[in-house]
Amino acid sequence: MINKNLKLNPKIFDPDVEQKPTRDGYGEGLVLAGQKDSRVVALCADISDSTRSAMFQKAFPDRFVETGIAEQNMMGLAAGMAMAGKIPFVSTYAVFCPGRNWDQLRVSVCYSNANVKITGAHAGVSVGPDGATHQGLEDIAITRCIPNLVVIAPCDAIETKKATLAAAEYVGPVYLRFAREKTPIMTTEDTPFEIGKALVFREGKDVAIIGCGPLLHNALLAAEELAKEGIEAMVINNHTIKPMDKKTIIEAAKKCGAIVTVEDHQVMSGMGSAIAEVLAENYPVPIEFIGMKDKFGESGDPNELIEAFGMGKNAIKEAVKKVIQRKK
Amino acid sequence: MLITDKKLKELNEMAAQLRCDVIEMLLEAKSGHSAGPLGMADVFTALYFSGILNVDPKNPNWEDRDRVILSNGHICPIHYAALARAGFFPVEELKTLRKFGSRLQGHPHAGILPGIDNSSGPLSQGSSIAVGLAYAAKMDHKKWQVYCIAGDGEQQEGQTWEAAMFAGKHKLDNLTFLMDRNNIQIDGFTEDVMPLEPLKEKYEAFGWHVLEIDGHNIPAIIDAIEHAKSIYEEPVMIICHTIPGKGVNFMEWKPEWHGKAPNQEEALKALKELRTLQGRISSEAE
Repeated sequence: MINKNLKLNPKIFDPDVEQKPTRDGYGEGLVLAGQKDSRVVALCADISDSTRSAMFQKAFPDRFVETGIAEQNMMGLAAGMAMAGKIPFVSTYAVFCPGRNWDQLRVSVCYSNANVKITGAHAGVSVGPDGATHQGLEDIAITRCIPNLVVIAPCDAIETKKATLAAAEYVGPVYLRFAREKTPIMTTEDTPFEIGKALVFREGKDVAIIGCGPLLHNALLAAEELAKEGIEAMVINNHTIKPMDKKTIIEAAKKCGAIVTVEDHQVMSGMGSAIAEVLAENYPVPIEFIGMKDKFGESGDPNELIEAFGMGKNAIKEAVKKVIQRKK
Repeated sequence: MLITDKKLKELNEMAAQLRCDVIEMLLEAKSGHSAGPLGMADVFTALYFSGILNVDPKNPNWEDRDRVILSNGHICPIHYAALARAGFFPVEELKTLRKFGSRLQGHPHAGILPGIDNSSGPLSQGSSIAVGLAYAAKMDHKKWQVYCIAGDGEQQEGQTWEAAMFAGKHKLDNLTFLMDRNNIQIDGFTEDVMPLEPLKEKYEAFGWHVLEIDGHNIPAIIDAIEHAKSIYEEPVMIICHTIPGKGVNFMEWKPEWHGKAPNQEEALKALKELRTLQGRISSEAE
């Protein structure tokens, strides 16, 4: 049953639920952050429309920095600007940032604890037709292993806006991950958001589906259908991959005794792995992982790719049934 | 800046002192880089002891200070020695270089040691940081200057040229780079490993004002920095021609001393040579 306390979108299960790209939420959040704090600046490497940092550029032309196609320099510039008191947001595709400038992220930003916000757009196989080179499927893995760095994958445009504002207020490096395509709006302006605090979207006792990003909608759809078969699935929006909300995750494992993790990212070293680390140490239960299984993506329609690579609603349902069978 | 003979003598003595500090630190640490730090002793002396740099050792995080960004982090022993002698932290702490729990990490860690503004080690990262600082200073109409110490080997990194392009585009005349042009890198001479020349023309093509100086001539270094401050609407690159291992005869011009620390015997030999140059009694070194 949907958690009423979170004031989620009442139309969440409607076939015509409003859809919007999470990157739009970033653009809106960045403008709001800029209005609230004049120290906020935005840097982008030649794709400001794509990343929606163009919205900030329009609102604050003097605080927008076009770096050209030079992602390594962009990260370093941001570190320097943070050292001068600015709150820089750097944006480009996740495959380039943190993909191409990981060393700069590690040393110039994180080792120095510079107050830089790093955003990776077009994350996941759901980028679609651009193909494997542009589908960021490793960004969670390569960010969550760096000390001092907070890692957030918001589930919809509204949550992304809140996460962007929260990142601006947080002192220290933060990585935010966005998707390209329109995805269902699951939350409302009244849904709470706090860095490091997972949200139980749906109550359940037989299995806990823990996800991040827009795929959570598939998890919710799967849970509704499973309910008709007598399986009550808890669904958790684990937007902050680091620091992990261990309390909520461990409680879910204790209550349900089985976990399915869901993410549009490589299963290896992703959010599911982070959940497995927490549970292996604290309360081991069977886990099934939904995500990319050590493969590169390819061109295609986003929904087609999600189905083809085993991240759709039906794949989640199958994983749930499998993991329940593994319960002793 | 007019330097009196007395002041110049003091500065030359300080440079020799910093070189001795470097040898003693490396001996104690049993690892680290020798050639670069010795070669840059005169540049660091000019920066920290001639009064040209607007910093306050007692208030190292003063908002309006000039920024010194070290991009080639492996030469940090000379930066540490200069900071300690300038009063940023106790000189005794120099001996903790590279030891567990020390604020003097093998490569600099920002935020733990007064006077060190950036973490560095992976080459060329300091160039972007320095450019970002200078750009932010311009945004806020701040008067402070940004100085970036860079190696010549790191000119082989692509990031160097990304940063150079950005600084040129934005005419960052509050930015001065001091390049340690010592011609060596770990695998040999730069022009054999991966030729860098013509460096002056390359930077000029990127919109920079380029000066070339003898990196061991302290008055020339000071003059060049003064000159850099007067340049309008161009970032400045001061190519400092230096001798790697300068001051210690058996280390000079030897690529093998790039990434190596002296042993006890070598250190004593080096200290003796350095202290003799300073006019002290040679037996003091023994």
